[in-house]
Amino acid sequence: MLKDEDRIFKNLYNDLGEDLVSSKKRGDWTNTKEICEKGREWIINEIKSSELRGRGGAGFPTGLKWSFAPKKVGSRPHYLVINADESEPGTCKDRDILRFEPHKLIEGCLITSYAVNAHTCYIYIRGEYFNEGLKLQKAIDEAYEDKLLGKNSSGTGWDLDIYIHYGAGAYICGEETALLESLEGKKGQPRLKPPFPALIGLYGCPTIINNVETIAVVPTILRRGGKWFSSLGRAKNTGTKIYCISGNVNNPCNVEEEMGITLKDLIEKHAGGVIGGWDNLKAVIPGGSSMPLLPRKICDTIKMDFDACVENKTGLGTAGIVVINNDQDIIKCMARIARFYKHESCGQCTPCREGSGWMWRMLERMAKGDATRDEVDMLMDVTKQIEGHTICAFGEGSAWPVQGLIRHFKNEIIERNKFDPVVKQKKDIPYLVDQHLLEKENA
Amino acid sequence: MSLKKISKDQPDKFKFSEKSLNAAEKIISNYPKGKQQSAVMALLYIAQRQNDNWIPLSAMKYIANKLEMPYIKVYEVATFYSMYNLAPVGKYFFQICTTTPCMLRGAYNLVEVCKKKISESERKISKDGKSSWMEVECLGACVNAPMLQINDDYFEDLDSQKLEKIIDQINNNQKLKPGSYRGRLSSEPENIRKTLIDIKNA
Repeated sequence: MLKDEDRIFKNLYNDLGEDLVSSKKRGDWTNTKEICEKGREWIINEIKSSELRGRGGAGFPTGLKWSFAPKKVGSRPHYLVINADESEPGTCKDRDILRFEPHKLIEGCLITSYAVNAHTCYIYIRGEYFNEGLKLQKAIDEAYEDKLLGKNSSGTGWDLDIYIHYGAGAYICGEETALLESLEGKKGQPRLKPPFPALIGLYGCPTIINNVETIAVVPTILRRGGKWFSSLGRAKNTGTKIYCISGNVNNPCNVEEEMGITLKDLIEKHAGGVIGGWDNLKAVIPGGSSMPLLPRKICDTIKMDFDACVENKTGLGTAGIVVINNDQDIIKCMARIARFYKHESCGQCTPCREGSGWMWRMLERMAKGDATRDEVDMLMDVTKQIEGHTICAFGEGSAWPVQGLIRHFKNEIIERNKFDPVVKQKKDIPYLVDQHLLEKENA
Repeated sequence: MSLKKISKDQPDKFKFSEKSLNAAEKIISNYPKGKQQSAVMALLYIAQRQNDNWIPLSAMKYIANKLEMPYIKVYEVATFYSMYNLAPVGKYFFQICTTTPCMLRGAYNLVEVCKKKISESERKISKDGKSSWMEVECLGACVNAPMLQINDDYFEDLDSQKLEKIIDQINNNQKLKPGSYRGRLSSEPENIRKTLIDIKNA
């Protein structure tokens, strides 16, 4: 288990208070000026050597992302945008950072803005986090008052303004280009990439977009050194991560742990075990709803980091772990996730807009046992038609959980849905458009 | 995309109150010159707050004028995002999260309570005119499931009896207490916490 001194978010459960004075006692804002004085190159190289990967789901190396921003500011200003539109089912880590560790985030914003030459930073919070937004605004006001932000922030000579922008309940706005569209006051529909936001982003200007957790760990990494951070976990999967454990466990919780901790340890040690015991475990969604689920056999041994998850045909995503036990109907659970994606599709690309509804309706029927045997393969085919055929990764996000279900629980679906296909039932259905097929032998 | 019905009864005119106007000006100044369109989402919120938690079409027209953008663009935004109410809702607006992590812990029991104690169907205002409810997608408090949002506040770690009590409190005009209803500290593991213990005890 990670030692308490190596935990970055010491106030994860709000034992200490989130105001500026208590945050300073925990070490926030202590030597921001000295860190910035070491220069942009040093900051970016230190983050590169820490091997920090983005905590928003995709796991892109943060230092590399920052180095994509133009080195010199041209005619267009640079922007830093913080993605706090946390809506992935199973994930609630950013909420705790926003309400209990806001100063870590704000200090991270200052250092990052300095490193990527941005004078303006927007924090895009999901609209439902109204109270969290108020707390963050209070922290920003405190920082302005203490001259940590604004003109000559913290004595670094760098001017920075931070503004909060509330979303309004659209999951898709967590996708970075959709977030930019939304920030510009439009519908949140993703843009094509390239051009990447680092060159053409908000208002057509170079923009760096990072997740809340990514930015909030930056000050601690720079203070304790990239080496310290990379000594935790294993190569390319370094540092600590906040895991959210929800679903059928005895004590659902958020906990910060070392990367690469085993899933079993997380569930048994921190979350009080599966309801009904480990043997009662049916499946686990390891990284928020868009990652394929894992059956118990894999859960016994899997380590929770980016590469280990990919090896098991899933992903770490946001590390939102949803535990499902044998008391639940797994098909129904996944049908509900499919409904989520149907509701949240932005409607821009046809495969996703139509396909997500198809998947939901088919899964609902399968949960009731109303589907035919061959529909399982048809469902798999639908997911393949969506995956990779859309502008953004939402297509994958909606298709993967269904693929995971079919991959690991195909037998269960087939057992429940034993009907012969309609064409083989020799029924006379006058309204069926494909009636002529019924008359053919090998239809 | 959310399917929303736009109210048939629309007021003819809408105007920001002075308080709303000040809030709007402050938000518009957060964005670069000429990019005032960015403020449309915030202004819709302000209109919603001023107008008993729903946005009439006249408010969209008013905002379009104010931000010098076409009315249809404001309409697009208002219909795209799910948190803008385009028809009246109850004074207490219950939004119950029923996505899988909450569903696993019994969110549909909460829906049943709402059906029984508020109104039979979603978005329909209760007989006393006080409350309405609807199912929503993940509200981002999964470790505190099942939970719901009443207006701005989260109510966490609920079950049927606790929700019934909350609705009774509303009917008796009592003040509501947001947060966890099992008395736990934010998102900590209850009773078996193993991390940051020294800090907790200090």
